[in-house]
Amino acid sequence: MKRRRNILIWTGFAVVLIAFLSYVPFFAQFPITRDIPWANYLLFLIGGTLLFIGVRRAFRDPAQYRGKISGSILSVLSAAIIALFVAGVIYLSKLIPSADTALAVGTKAPAFALLDTAGKQVTSGDLLKNHRGVVLIFYRGYW
Amino acid sequence: MRGIQESLQDFEKLGVKPVAISVDSPSESQDLCRKASYTYTFLSDPHTEVIRAYDVLHKGAGVSGHDIARPAEFLIDSTGTIRWINLTGDLRVRARPEQMLKAAAAL
Repeated sequence: MKRRRNILIWTGFAVVLIAFLSYVPFFAQFPITRDIPWANYLLFLIGGTLLFIGVRRAFRDPAQYRGKISGSILSVLSAAIIALFVAGVIYLSKLIPSADTALAVGTKAPAFALLDTAGKQVTSGDLLKNHRGVVLIFYRGYW
Repeated sequence: MRGIQESLQDFEKLGVKPVAISVDSPSESQDLCRKASYTYTFLSDPHTEVIRAYDVLHKGAGVSGHDIARPAEFLIDSTGTIRWINLTGDLRVRARPEQMLKAAAAL
């Protein structure tokens, strides 16, 4: 009997590769998949699962499926790719400038006037009027 | 941001107003608020005037290399004095609403 090509191993590895390469040109463009790259993690999981099933059948049923060697190599490669991605995400998320010079507790908050979502001007004076306080939440924005 | 929306009533009880600020345009923020059902105030600082005034600029970190705000929270009392700040060292870690509410309750 001719041994069959173990397509799951190659598909799984391809999905892992796509998960790795798609973050910067694609998923980083959308706010929902940018800060926490869950879409990439999901793809890694899918790719890893396919690879696992492929390698398992290569070892369990070597008479029918090929891929003991290629599967092992691609599994190690995939694990390295996933580790690199996770390390990259952790590294990048800590890559923000130090805030040593940010305004400190006890200083006077600078007054401001900015537009709200309706395009109406809102001043810090307006905000503090009738309120005990205001929490300013600076965020990166969704560009 | 979602956590603040969920704690909005607690903020109101304390008489403290949460206000989000970013470089996004009013229409981009409006889009975000509509999609995510945020009902608190979102202000637009496209020229990073206020972001720089509070010294929380993240130079060149925008997708097209423009300046944006680093994550940061400031609690200001009614006299206009900063009473509490939170400056994270990790983008994934933001101030939790409970922290803000605790600081707000101490005003």
